[in-house]
Amino acid sequence: MPDDDEETRRGPRGFWSGTIAFGLVSLPVSLFVASRSGSVSLRMVDEDGTPLSRRYFCSREERMLEADDIVRGYEVEQDRYVVVEDDELESLAPEKSREIDLQRFVALSDIDPGYFERAYFLVPGEGGSRPYRLLARAMEDAGRAGIATFVMRGKEYLVAIVSDSGILRAEILRFHDELRSPDHVGLPAVSEPAKARVAEIEKSMRKLQADELNESELEDHYVQRLESLVQRKLKAGEDVVRAPEETQPSEHESAEVIDLMQVLKERMQEENIVDGASRRGPAAAGGKLESRSKAELYERAKSLNIAGRSSMSKAELIKAIRNAG
Amino acid sequence: MWKGVLKFQDVRVPVKLHSAVEERSVHFRLLHRKDQAPVRQAMVNTHTDEIVPREKIRKAFVTAEGDLVVLGEEELERIRPQASRDIRILHFLPDRAIDHRWYVRPYWLSPDAGAAGHYAALAAALEQSGREGLAHWVMRKKEYAGALRSADGYLMLITLRQAGQVVSAQDLEAPDGPELAPKEIDMARRLMDMLADDFDPTEYRDEYRARVNEMIEQKASGGRVKTRKAPKRRPTRDLAAALEASLKEERKRA
Repeated sequence: MPDDDEETRRGPRGFWSGTIAFGLVSLPVSLFVASRSGSVSLRMVDEDGTPLSRRYFCSREERMLEADDIVRGYEVEQDRYVVVEDDELESLAPEKSREIDLQRFVALSDIDPGYFERAYFLVPGEGGSRPYRLLARAMEDAGRAGIATFVMRGKEYLVAIVSDSGILRAEILRFHDELRSPDHVGLPAVSEPAKARVAEIEKSMRKLQADELNESELEDHYVQRLESLVQRKLKAGEDVVRAPEETQPSEHESAEVIDLMQVLKERMQEENIVDGASRRGPAAAGGKLESRSKAELYERAKSLNIAGRSSMSKAELIKAIRNAG
Repeated sequence: MWKGVLKFQDVRVPVKLHSAVEERSVHFRLLHRKDQAPVRQAMVNTHTDEIVPREKIRKAFVTAEGDLVVLGEEELERIRPQASRDIRILHFLPDRAIDHRWYVRPYWLSPDAGAAGHYAALAAALEQSGREGLAHWVMRKKEYAGALRSADGYLMLITLRQAGQVVSAQDLEAPDGPELAPKEIDMARRLMDMLADDFDPTEYRDEYRARVNEMIEQKASGGRVKTRKAPKRRPTRDLAAALEASLKEERKRA
């Protein structure tokens, strides 16, 4: 990456584990992105069609770096950095780094649309299934969303916890000062419109009325054109490289192989078993990672933004995920 | 700043797009821990670990079988959306028919030269209709869908995610288990009612950002930072008791 700006702009894709507090009730949760990544991401290959992977390397030593070798820095002056460690960032707000404390409940319709940024599903952690269900039920009955601020990956977020079909979702909201007002942008005052012109526009609008959103109107036609180009080339056998025997899961492949839904479905149900029947110890919780497929681990590593993940073995992935968690 | 023309039926309103979002995050760079040199990103051959120079990198589509179809730059260029200034409005939908989960980024619209009258009329008509427009346009070689809304007397265009990107809670299975006790639900509702309020966005501030900046200054002048962690909270086992105690505490506070 050319600089870290890109990373901050994309925002954290990964999950956060901590506690939801509702009065004195607390429940452990993990956050999972609630949207799939955008249009098809193409795989980078070299001239012979060998798949490439993105790696970090040190500009001074010219060698590849592992996740453990990388640290965040703030440029205080040209080429002079202050290193900032994750635990230092956490120490600036230890409670908020671990807890989403719902101190206020508002009507969801109160929140202006411009505030919504993106969403995460909340998955109950060990022992959290019953309070999770209770909170979801009470919020749905009341038609309210819980508001809090919390810290994730070195940044504070305003969040609305929303209940939908028995599932809690964290809607990340923009802070008030992250939204520019028309004044701030410098928009000119809007003049009083001519009545006849408004009436004309209203007439045109009525002809285009529809009752609901048709999702097919959100389709990206570029993706469709890309797919037909690929089909054509496949048929012609043009520039096709047959699957190498051991293919490393790429960002693109893994997104296809393990659907986000699959991960979520599994995790939502995982705690029921633990909660309902036999409670397993922390050793069993640790064993969970080993029982996962490499592709699943890769997806998890991706959500944690673990560098160098595409070249890691299963054991390395497990180690990196544990360190990151 | 991008300029376009809102278009539907006979209506034409030339507008300019202004980002309604102000980036305020503290920007970090990734460094090599050992020598504090900024890290660079490179594309590496997974077999040999060698860096592949930019001019030798190609893009490929991966099929379900794992086969690669290599695509040339000219081929990709040919299928890219054609540049256009049109922001076509397809429909006018009831307010909030486009759920906020589709939203990506809001833009304020201002009238382009000579369009103030048409702009004002469209903003007024949209406001009165209680509807929002569904828009399609191509900006910087990318296709966009957006929600055209009226806000504070102005026009706002919010870019939307693509079909299939939003995962619906209905498609997942909610956590399940033994029935919740009606008494617990009732107490939870009462506690929620006590904490109910209007949403006032100006009440919430990112205080953490300032603390990060302070810490950086402190470290820049050779200071040290003490680290501490919050104790881990245990999940509540006895829900009724915890709710009871919470209600009592809230009553005291009120």
